[in-house]
Amino acid sequence: MTTFFVVATAAKLVLFLVGIITCGALMVWVERRMSAMIQDRIGPVRANAGPFRLWGLVHIAADGLKMMIKEDFIPRRADKLLHALAPMLAIFPVLVTFAVVPFGPTIDFGHLGSVNHLGPLFEGRWATTLQVAQVDVGLLFVLAIAGTGVVGAVIAGAASDNRYSLLGSLRAASQLVSYEVTLGLSLVGCVLVFGTLRLEDMVLWQHHHTWGVVVQPLGFVLFLAAAIAESKRTPFDLPEGESEIVAGYFVEYSGMKFAAFYLGELMEIGVLACFLAVFFFGGWDVPFLRADGIHLSLPMLGAKFWAMPHWSVVLLQLGAFGLKVCGLIFLQMAIRWTLPRMRYDQLMELGWKAILPLSLANVAVTAVVLHALR
Amino acid sequence: MPYVVKRPERDIWEQSYIPETVRGMGVTLRHFFRNVIGRRDTVTILYPEVQRPYPPRFRGLHRLTQRDDGSPRCTACMCCQTACPAECIHIVAGSYPDGHPLAFVEKYPAEFWIDELRCVFCGLCVEACPCDAIRMDTGLHARPVEARPHLMYERNLLLSITDAKGDVLTANPRKK
Repeated sequence: MTTFFVVATAAKLVLFLVGIITCGALMVWVERRMSAMIQDRIGPVRANAGPFRLWGLVHIAADGLKMMIKEDFIPRRADKLLHALAPMLAIFPVLVTFAVVPFGPTIDFGHLGSVNHLGPLFEGRWATTLQVAQVDVGLLFVLAIAGTGVVGAVIAGAASDNRYSLLGSLRAASQLVSYEVTLGLSLVGCVLVFGTLRLEDMVLWQHHHTWGVVVQPLGFVLFLAAAIAESKRTPFDLPEGESEIVAGYFVEYSGMKFAAFYLGELMEIGVLACFLAVFFFGGWDVPFLRADGIHLSLPMLGAKFWAMPHWSVVLLQLGAFGLKVCGLIFLQMAIRWTLPRMRYDQLMELGWKAILPLSLANVAVTAVVLHALR
Repeated sequence: MPYVVKRPERDIWEQSYIPETVRGMGVTLRHFFRNVIGRRDTVTILYPEVQRPYPPRFRGLHRLTQRDDGSPRCTACMCCQTACPAECIHIVAGSYPDGHPLAFVEKYPAEFWIDELRCVFCGLCVEACPCDAIRMDTGLHARPVEARPHLMYERNLLLSITDAKGDVLTANPRKK
């Protein structure tokens, strides 16, 4: 383990953590303003820093300040330890799963200016993969950590000593456990096609062949549905259900503890967008862009090739990943503000009777087709 | 016979959720993009900065109209005070001394109080006035104040309030 490795990992970690939390805060703004635009409203634009309103962006700072100075309320008969622990448990899986997201190819600080003929995932003295942790069990790690998300919700509801939060946490438990199954199964098709569990290798397969959404269209739809259910947002927001159980499992939270739940939920959208991009939209892959430059093969003009320096390729691919993630966040937000909440029986019916059998069928068909093609 | 709940019939196309979701998102995104780029359909008025003009017949705060020479048109006949259902007008009459150019109108309001907090803005005082001396065409509404006495409007203040166009005279001057 060289010094460069330690420094690079630490830098990636800090960069990514800061990025996620900023992204979560920005998402509050996106959510509020976007919903306003969709519903023909203006949204929050009042907060200002002197003469600057910045389309309501100042509200993020105002909200943050408000959360800090609010009373941290703990119900008298609540379990104080668990009540304090729950927000941390809720935000933990979101922050941890980010670690395995490959947000870019390998970058070599020794040869930034030259053309890279070695391929996107080479190893060199000054090279580092743009991914915090390379884990062999990548996908399993993601699913395992995502599975712990339910713990925070259940503990929050149970420790609050409030009937509404208890109801919310019960709903959260049943919903998350139901959709956990599909979440995993809808990705089995991807694993079969890509032939690996490592996320960086999945991206590499898509880089060399074609995007996952082309080979697994049904898997994409199923994963998207299950993922939105996992993030507990409309149309699957029964654990929160404002109209029936106030705010569900986090009724009794205020101040920064509430912000942890709220930001956790929003950052989960970011995580899901990252994973959707990695599994189905080629991660950092840009069409026709290889590690050494642009390869175009058009039927009329024949093969064309423009060499590009290493730094510009990596920058383009990083930008592409960011763009894909933004687009997928936008997609999830649009779904959230389009569909009404499901009824509880509809939720369970969709989960167990529609999505689960379909994902099983998807796995079976994928396996048969792959075997036939071999 | 038991009551049969009618279930809406959906074909397989609708039941697959996806095309209908896409259709719904079409509506959502149409609104979104129309509001973000180009024409705005938002009807919100950012109130203190942007104010919608009140309609011309809006009954706002009262004003007392003036004659050309600046004296109040009011002759302290007490019609408005009598007509007021909220009993918010209080007039103390005074009389012009003999030889005064306005001695022919005999009376004037030495004091004229309107309690804008009691006023129900019914407009009966305006209807009752035979001299067009009290009007509610100022286009103003009662402002927030820090103490109740601040909304007890007295004669000179009422005389100084203008109509929506900034005029202190009456709109229909009377011939002598």
